[in-house]
Amino acid sequence: MDFSLTPEQEAFRTHVRSWLKANMPPEWSERLVASSDIPRPEAYELLRRWQRQLYEAGFIGLTWPKEYGGRSLTFMEEMILHEEMALAKAPPILNVLGVGMAGPTIIAYGSEAQKKRHLARILSCEEIWCQGYSEPNAGSDLASLQTRAVKDGEHFVVNGQKVWTSLAHVADWMMLLARTDPDAPRHKGITYFLLDMRSPGVTVKPLRQITGDPEFNEVFFDNVRVHESQVLGGVNNGWQVGLTTLMYERLALGFGLQVRLRIALDGLIEMARRMEKHGRVTTKDPLMRQKLAQLWIDTECLKLTGARAITRLLRGEMPGPEASTGKMGWVDTHQRLQEIAMEIQGPYAQLPRGSDWAVEGGLWQYSFLRSRANSIEGGTTEVQKNIIGERILGLPKG
Amino acid sequence: MDFGFSPEQEMLRATARKFLENECTSSYVRDRMIEPGGTTDEFWAKLAEQGWLGLIYPEEYGGSGLNFVDLTVLMEEMGRVVMPGPFFSTVLLGGLAILEAGSTEQKKQWLPKVATGQTKVALAWTEPNARWDAAGVTAAAKPANGGFVLSGTKLFVLDAHIADVLVVVARTTEGQQPERGVSLFLVPQGAAGLEVKLLPTMDQTRKLCEVALHDVRVPASALLGPKDGGWPPLGRVIERATVGLCAEMCGGAQKVLDLTVEYAKIRIAFGKPIGAYQGVKHKAADMLVDVENAKSLTYYAAWSVDENVPEAALAVSMAKAYASDAYRKVAGAGIQLHGGIGFTWEHDLHLYFKRAKSSELTFGDATYHRERVAQLINL
Ligand SMILES: Cc1cc2nc3c(=O)[nH]c(=O)nc-3n(C[C@H](O)[C@H](O)[C@H](O)COP(=O)(O)OP(=O)(O)OC[C@H]3O[C@@H](n4cnc5c(N)ncnc54)[C@H](O)[C@@H]3O)c2cc1C
Repeated sequence: MDFSLTPEQEAFRTHVRSWLKANMPPEWSERLVASSDIPRPEAYELLRRWQRQLYEAGFIGLTWPKEYGGRSLTFMEEMILHEEMALAKAPPILNVLGVGMAGPTIIAYGSEAQKKRHLARILSCEEIWCQGYSEPNAGSDLASLQTRAVKDGEHFVVNGQKVWTSLAHVADWMMLLARTDPDAPRHKGITYFLLDMRSPGVTVKPLRQITGDPEFNEVFFDNVRVHESQVLGGVNNGWQVGLTTLMYERLALGFGLQVRLRIALDGLIEMARRMEKHGRVTTKDPLMRQKLAQLWIDTECLKLTGARAITRLLRGEMPGPEASTGKMGWVDTHQRLQEIAMEIQGPYAQLPRGSDWAVEGGLWQYSFLRSRANSIEGGTTEVQKNIIGERILGLPKG
Repeated sequence: MDFGFSPEQEMLRATARKFLENECTSSYVRDRMIEPGGTTDEFWAKLAEQGWLGLIYPEEYGGSGLNFVDLTVLMEEMGRVVMPGPFFSTVLLGGLAILEAGSTEQKKQWLPKVATGQTKVALAWTEPNARWDAAGVTAAAKPANGGFVLSGTKLFVLDAHIADVLVVVARTTEGQQPERGVSLFLVPQGAAGLEVKLLPTMDQTRKLCEVALHDVRVPASALLGPKDGGWPPLGRVIERATVGLCAEMCGGAQKVLDLTVEYAKIRIAFGKPIGAYQGVKHKAADMLVDVENAKSLTYYAAWSVDENVPEAALAVSMAKAYASDAYRKVAGAGIQLHGGIGFTWEHDLHLYFKRAKSSELTFGDATYHRERVAQLINL
């Protein structure tokens, strides 16, 4: 057991730290929200530039192969980067679905041409990706998706609808799951496409969320033609390929999120020090101290459990049970953190952005509302528990 | 970074599991529960033979010189079988107090005998006021004839009734800062005025005593460490012992999860194994999360005390806060998911449930440690 870094890793940390110090976008610190880890529409342009800058400095795609724009480094460097970004309260990465999901899946299943075409542009944020999995009648039960892709010469013709598609309104490409063989068993007739969002017949309709922001969308396909070279991982093999994406989602996005929880917690504690409850500073209230301490413990714990999982990866071992608990733990802690942010504000918690008396510009109200999605997006908590029960503990299917 | 166990540690785990499965069976545990001793000479000698009684003591004092991460592995396995007996009290409390506070001579005198199993040492620290801070130490040690006279009552003392010698925590100086006037004394069993009474306990695998000090006279040489300077070494002992306790708790919680999952696969209700029902499956998933998280914090705490990092105290309190809640919840859920059989004396689950409770309450529960965390992060 050893928590020390190699001299190279230490040097990498120092490098990241000083780079971040010199390059943090000044506009960001102003709008800085302790709790903001979700790209918001008014920040898209800034975030696009920010990711480009990170890419040019060599900080995006650390674990990706060099020949496709990555650095061929390990998850350790990835973890160090995320930690430093959290410490510096750096802006998040805009093309998070591209970097966290589309890219790794293309690396795993893509043809040489596909890798050359897409990977570097994902890292540089030149092309933003969205994930077209969920449909009105296929969410948790994804395998029941109905969007059809019918072969026509060298093309497939796509008809149907996706929903809750985050970032589709700014995306250039979509990871699209569509049914290519309606007669095959449910999991066997699905194909994974790389879809150009500018293709004729693609219509994106933003949906307003609980926050009031239109962050996700409906996407309609009306006779959209996709060339067969855009199939990823083989026709009717889409379920397998799609699952790989989800695995990366939980792994790669997972530990970035855990580290960013620290930003939110630090911000929360700062706020608690400034706010009073019943005439005394909130951090001196015994019940609040209990709650804040528990958040601290849970945040550290997620980091440590993540470190155990990464250790296994670095050793080349199979992921252990600890690898599967991260998303659930993060969801629980983050939602509780946001609830406590409201509790700390007391009656002020009712005032969002735009209210004269809003605390910290009303930004916590946004993150509080946004956090309700955490237990739904990327697989609901109930589904996560099914997976842990069945795959990790070996309990029978219901 | 490598946050995992070494091959040697995995080997220690395998050896310990095999040994304890053979030697510390449910019926062995149950026999010890109803006897005052809590262990047998034969079993104790075997622990010594394995080198476990001196595992964490330096080689010059008859130990193996291993560290707390190694000990964590061993104690997880001990917790897994709810091992009864004075291992925790002798090795991690009394013995460790001698190691942390004693002179070279005292260490040479006592520790090799602890390691070989000849001597058991208890730590008589807490009192009826049930406080974990220095102000809780009110038993008095007054100078007399070049030595000291000890008086007062110690409560919740683990295994004092079978100890050969007790490390008694007493106040030598009253003052504004309670941490300043605490001293440690070695008091042999049978000393005049020392009265040890075994108390019935809910967790019968842990034997608690009341220790009454009726003007017990000890020579100056009984002083363990500097006069008035006993609190800092005691703090280190408690910090380290708490790590061991957390490891035991993790091992116990893991075993409850294992038992429950096994049962959920074979118990049929409404035509299906109960594990197929989400009310059961999701609870089991929650148990897994609790167990894995408690382990992460405990392993980190063990590493922290080994490396003496500045945040060691914080790491220990985080682990104890989490493990206290986790073991209690997991043990309770284990009973729930077993139904009626889980409520019987015959099933082993109650051993874990009771151990979870006694461990939770030992050296501060989750609420106590969360407050400590709050202090240590400067809230
Ligand atoms: C903010 C946000 C962003 C999103 N972004 C994207 C995106 O970019 N791309 C994309 O494809 N999707 C996206 N989603 C969709 C998300 O993946 C789905 O909402 C999610 O998988 C749940 O599906 P559903 O909404 O159809 O709910 P349902 O599947 O209908 O679930 C409803 C309820 O039933 C429960 N339930 C369902 N099945 C079971 C079961 N077997 N056992 C126990 N309980 C069950 C669920 O847990 C839930 O509580 C996003 C969602 C949100 C909220």
